[in-house]
Parts: sequence; C-alpha cells; structure tokens
Amino acid sequence: MATVGQACLLISLGLCGYGAVASVYGARTGRDAFVLSGRRSLFAVAGLVTVAFVILEAAFLRSDFHYTVVATHSSTTTPWYYRLAAMWSSQQGSLLLWVFLLAVWSSVAMLLLRGRLRDVAPYATAVQLGLGAFFCGLLVFAAQPFETVAVAPSEGIGLNPLLRHPSMMIHPVMLYSGYTLFSIPFAFVVGALIVRRVDAEWIRATRFFSLAAWLCLGFGIILGARWSYSELGWGGYWAWDPVENASLLPWLTGTAFLHSVMIQEKRGMLKVWNASLVLATGILAILGTFLVRSGILDSIHAFVEEGNTIAWAFTSLICALVVTSVYLVVSRRNDVLRSEAHLDSMFSREAAFLANNLVLVGVAFVVFWGTFFPLISEALTGKKAAVGPPWFDQYVVPLVLILVLLSGIGPVIAWRRTTPGRLWGTLRGPVIFSAVVGGLLVLFTNAASDLQSMILFVVATFAIAVAVHELWRGMRARQLMTGEHAPQALVSLVKRNRRRYGGYIVHIGISLIFIGVAASSAFQHTRDVVLKPGQSARVGGYTYTYLRPTAKIEQRAGELERITLGSKIRVVHGGRQVALLSPTRGYYPTNAPALGVLSRYFIGDSTSEVGLKAGWRRDLWIAEQPDISNLLPIVRKGDAVFAKAAAGGLSPARESFFLAQALNGLVARYRQSAPPAQFRIIVSPLTGWIWFGALIVLFGGFTAAWPNAGAARGLSRARYTARVARDLGRA
Amino acid sequence: MRRCLGYWGTSMDPARKRLIRLVVALTAALLLAGALAYTSFSASSSAVTPSQLLTSAHAGQSYQLTGKVVNGSIVHVGDGITFRVRDRAGSTSVPVRYTGAIPDPFRDGREVIVNVKKDGSAYVGEKDSLVTKCPSKFADPKSSAAQPA
Repeated sequence: MATVGQACLLISLGLCGYGAVASVYGARTGRDAFVLSGRRSLFAVAGLVTVAFVILEAAFLRSDFHYTVVATHSSTTTPWYYRLAAMWSSQQGSLLLWVFLLAVWSSVAMLLLRGRLRDVAPYATAVQLGLGAFFCGLLVFAAQPFETVAVAPSEGIGLNPLLRHPSMMIHPVMLYSGYTLFSIPFAFVVGALIVRRVDAEWIRATRFFSLAAWLCLGFGIILGARWSYSELGWGGYWAWDPVENASLLPWLTGTAFLHSVMIQEKRGMLKVWNASLVLATGILAILGTFLVRSGILDSIHAFVEEGNTIAWAFTSLICALVVTSVYLVVSRRNDVLRSEAHLDSMFSREAAFLANNLVLVGVAFVVFWGTFFPLISEALTGKKAAVGPPWFDQYVVPLVLILVLLSGIGPVIAWRRTTPGRLWGTLRGPVIFSAVVGGLLVLFTNAASDLQSMILFVVATFAIAVAVHELWRGMRARQLMTGEHAPQALVSLVKRNRRRYGGYIVHIGISLIFIGVAASSAFQHTRDVVLKPGQSARVGGYTYTYLRPTAKIEQRAGELERITLGSKIRVVHGGRQVALLSPTRGYYPTNAPALGVLSRYFIGDSTSEVGLKAGWRRDLWIAEQPDISNLLPIVRKGDAVFAKAAAGGLSPARESFFLAQALNGLVARYRQSAPPAQFRIIVSPLTGWIWFGALIVLFGGFTAAWPNAGAARGLSRARYTARVARDLGRA
Repeated sequence: MRRCLGYWGTSMDPARKRLIRLVVALTAALLLAGALAYTSFSASSSAVTPSQLLTSAHAGQSYQLTGKVVNGSIVHVGDGITFRVRDRAGSTSVPVRYTGAIPDPFRDGREVIVNVKKDGSAYVGEKDSLVTKCPSKFADPKSSAAQPA
C-alpha cells in the first residue's frame, strides 16, 4: 500500500502541474475544454491525496511499523484515537494533512462556485494547483511519508506524550483548515487582479470561505491555548512563542479583511487595501506553516533542526508570492483598483472600520516584528537577539484597548457621515451602562489596581452593551411589526441578517475573551511551593493541603502505557472545602536500548495532568513535579539485577513477570513514603470567560457564515444563467 | 471646485483634506514604527550559546541562552533546580540556577532556551523563562535498527 500512496502523490504532483498550465492556457485562449480539464485535475488531485491520506492513517491505526513515520511517531500502547492524530505530529504527516486539506477545500470551493466568476476561476484554480504542486513536491522529494523498512521494529517510539490531549487531535486540523481556506480568497484575488475584474463579486463569492477560514484558524488558536493551559504544566495559555504568533498573524489580517470588505461592497472603496490584505493573509498562512516546519526560529514547537531543505523551498515560495502580489497590486492600482468613492467624514462607519483595520494591521505588524526580530537583529547587527512577552504586551495591550472600543462604535455609526451629537444619541445608553459597571468595579473590587485591565473591563463592557442593545432594539422593532414573541422575534431578526447580527454575537464573544485575558493576567495568584504530605500552602485566599500521594500503573492492550505519580490536594476557602484536586505526572516508557530494563519506565518522557477546578469566577489550578530521586537508586540496582539475569538466560516471560513485580513494588513504595513534591499553584480569575467567549465567537461566526436563503437562491440563479449562456454558446 | 464645510466650521478643499490626513497617518505610522524598532533593540536579549556566554557575558545584562541540557546535571535545590547547558555541537557548558515553571519535556539532553543573567561564576535564570523544545521524535535515531527497504 505504501507504493500506492507514493504513486498517488507522484501522480498528484503531475496533475497539479498539468492542471495549472491547462487552466491558464484555457483562460487565455478562451478554450473552455482546457479550463474544465484544469478544474477536473483539481478534483482528481483531491481524490488521489485523499487516498494517500487514508493509506497513511490506516497504517497508523493498525500500527504498521514498516512505515518509518508510524514507527517513529506511534506505538501499540498509543490509544487508537491518538494514533489517528499521531500522523500530524510528524513532519511528513503534517505536510500530507496540509495538501489534503488544500485539495479538499479548494475542490469544495470550485464545486460551489462553478458558474460564478468564470473569467477569474481558471486563474484561481491554477493558483490552488500551484500551491498543491509545491506541497506535493515537498512530500515526494523531501518528506517522503511512505518510506518503509524491510524489517519492521516490534514496537514504535510512540506519540509525544504532550500531544496526548483531546485538543491536540483537532488543533492542527483546525489551524491547517484555516490556512488552506484562506488560500481560496487569495487565489481568487490573484485571478481577479490578473483579469482586472476587481469589483465586489469575488468578495461575495469567497465570503463564506474567508469566514470559514477565520473561524477555523481562531478555533485552532483557542484549542492550542486550552492545551497549553491544561497540559503544559506552567498555567499559561499564551507565551508569544513564534509559532503561536505565526498562527495569529493571518488571523489578524483576516479579521481586518472581513471588516474592510464591507466598505468595498457598500461604497466601492479600499480596493487596494482589500486586495493587499487578502494577499498578505494568504502569504502569512504559508509563513505559519513554514515557521512550524522549518525550525528557523527558536520555539517550543520547532520540530526539526535548522538548515533543512524545506526551509529553502518555503523561503523561495514565499518570496515568489510576495513579488507576484506586489506586482499585481502596483500594476493595477491606478485602473481597476481605483476607489469609487472617498471618505466623506471621520464620523462615519467607513472611518471607524478603517481605524479598526489600521489597529489590526498595527497589531499584526508588532507581532510580525517581534516574532522575526531574531532574524532582523542578526541581519542588521550581526547578533541574534530576541524580545520577550513584556515587549509584546507593551504594544499589543494599548492597541487591543482601542480595538475593543472601536468594535463598540463601528457597528452603530452611520455610513458616509454622522454628527457627534447623533453618535452620542446612539451610544448614550451603552456608555452610561459601562460607566456604571466601571464605578461598581472600582467600589467593590480591586480592579482599579491595574489601570490597563480596568480600562479594558470598561471598554469591553461598552462593546458588549452596544451589541446587546442593537439586538434588543432590532428584536423590539420586529415584535412591534409582527407581534412575534421575544425569542421568536430575536431568531427571525438574526435569520434576516445573519451577517450583521452574527457579527454582533462575535463582538460579544471577543469582548468576553479579552475580559478573561485581562483578569487572568493582572489578578492571577501564582506560587511555586515544595510540600510534604500533610503540609499546606495559601494562595490567593485559598488553602491547598497535600493530603496524600497517589501512584498507579496504567495499561493499554496488555502493555504498560505509563506510570502515574501524583497527589490528592484539598482546597479550602472560608473554612469550607471547595475542591479536591488530583494533579499527576505520567511517566511514559522509552525504547532507548542504552537504558536499563527498569530505567526506561522512569527516565523517559513525562507529562503533567493538572488538577483543575474551573468556575465562572475563578479557576483553581495545580500542577505537580513529583520527586523520584529516592526511587532512582533502587531502579539502577534493579537494572543491574535484570541485566545479570538476562545474561544468565532469563526467559522473556519470566522477565516480564519479575518486571511487573518490580514496578508494582516501586509504585507501592512511592505511595507509602513519597518525598516532598514541587507544586505550581494558581488561582486565576475569569479564565473560564476565555473559553466561554470562544464558544460565543464560534456560534456568532457560524451564524454569520451560514448562507441566507436568498443567497442560495442567487447561487442557483447564477448557475442557471451560466448553463443557459453555455447552451446559447453551443447553439 | 467643490468645497466642504468641516464640523468645526472651517471649509477645506477635499483633496487637500485627504492629503493632510494621509500625511498625518503616515507620520504617525512612521513614528510608531520607529518607536517599535528602537524599543525592540533596547529591550532585546542577545541570543547566545554557552561558549559565547562564557566569553562575552556582563553582569546584570540579560541573555537568551540556547543549548542542550548536560546529561546528569539536573539537581533539585529547594524550590528550584540547577543544571548545565552545553553548546548544541560541543562540550562547553555553563551552570544555570533556575526557579519557576519547568516545562514537561525538560530533561537530560533536551534543547532549551532560558533567559539568564550573570551572577558570579553562575548564571541565574529569569523566573518562568525556561522553554524546552517540543521534539517530534523521542528516540535517538541511532537507536533504530531499522534499515530502509
């Protein structure tokens, strides 16, 4: 089957090349047969890559260690659902996932948009196939996911324990879906610029995919943050790591684009800006993949060593995309990209959206500069240097304050122009409400002790109040018009203008996320302590007591999966037990032959399972680093005994029996006389609001992205018109 | 020529108004970009290897140290740990004293990044600055006996 998989990739590479050329040739000569052939090549590539993807996934599922990638990234003790996800923990598998998602999403787009933008679509197909050719080329010549060995090892190395988390099964898929979906508006704008047809049609046609890309990428980022919070044992969810930043960059420019396209659709303005934003977003999406896969910047996520061939390939692709994009925009700026209208007033929705765009692009620039600063510094001074989280916070926090404020003003300010008086009339209610909330926070909480957080609480409350007020006003108006009940009127209102009201819901979610981020950053209590059983530590008004150690051996499919050492922690507040937490650390066996029989169960990789009691008001969080130093001398002695016994002819069956006895003994010893363990304890206010806000964003995003009944009718009409035009052409 | 009346009672040619807006916006963007560039250089920590740190470190200055954890060098001391970091390709190493969050993948031989300041002959890691690279492969490639088909 490996040969079939490899053949699929090789044929896909050829088809990508052929399809791209056929599409462009067909478009330039007006020969529809070639255009159709190009599009069918894309569908065929999607089919072939899907076959390759399924073959590799099947190899992971059945633990076929003939495949090098399976042997080095999975094992029989890896649960089946993590075996599925193990594929994209590898360089080869993740590149295959990328090209699979690219081919599938592109095919869906071309299928849904058939009959629309007939002059632009062939070039868009060529761009998508060009990207496909690049990734297929990497898979065929560099990564080689179907490399096999003649004699399979008896066991695989296993999936990185850190990645054994539900979020990690979906996080890479969502990120890559975001990246590949953003390539659709990117491809269409390239096509639109080539044929000089930069009206709002390409925006309308690809709006669903832009929104879907934005949602997938945003959801992927949040899943990554959640994984970091609950798995990495440091208690944070964002560290301004280069790879995190790389996923944030296209999301920021994509957010700016989703706002600024409204101005082009409504007023025919900002064409250069919109085209540039989509092009930048597409290139930043490629850059995100490049950063993870090249190891060019020092990051927790750097999966490969520096200086590999993939880095050069990506650099060449990104340079080519940048040069082409700049050429297309500059060469069209004075004709088809010329604005149809000008900004009438600074008191207008256009101005508010423009300001929102400038701030978003400003944040993106800050993140870009900070992320690539090691390379910039090396190029300018010859010395590699890096900036830390305080530098990012210094710029991003004030910009976010402005952004949240604008998210409250933008949706309610009139198009073209308004007066300050009229604007105040619209915003008076939310302004008074947020001022009252701010006053209450000052009077009854310590929120004012951190000025930036306090300002954020007020502006986020204002943004939420504006969105809720707009929903309320619309619902009341509909009730008066139709006599519907409130919930029915609200649903009808949202259904009639999904884009607008979905946007309001997204604003509410984003504001909640920022409130959660501000509160958990400024008012978090963190303490690192060493505790013996029976000892307590007080953190943020809560008393954490180490009740007793825990230890157990966990098995899967008859094999030892991991040894778990941990503790039971009682949390008391105001004399009442509020939580019983169980932080643990799982020790996974390693196959390293240099280690002794027992050592391989303790010296391998280990990962934290945090104890967490999540709540609306605060999270109680604890992670443990057990001290196994008193076990290690016994482990080493055991290694020597087993080595001697093996040399004396101990059978494998008896070795397994004695090994189980020894491990059980070591676990029981830890349970009975555990040495003091190191704990990180965190009391974090409103962290849950981040995850809840993200769910609201997701709901709002779906609401906005869901096609209106009218749009579906419009699509059918467009297809019918296209068919009639084709038939007339034949006649 | 069409004239417009601004909110503050002044009339201005729209083209001139747009030009002024553009100049103001560009000036603000340039100033911000300048501040950004300046502060990034002044707030940055030099990324150094252990051998570079040994030859060029000044007391009180922050450095971003990159290298591999020396086998058998990790010792738990009170609330923190001490360990040695060596060059990626080489044996020159420096001692590091660190308190704060310890990443799960941290162990002997792993590649780490930690912000340090010189303190006598040792280096003190900044709290919570220790980062361990996330490896995709857990075994030494040499340990695999498998041969390509």
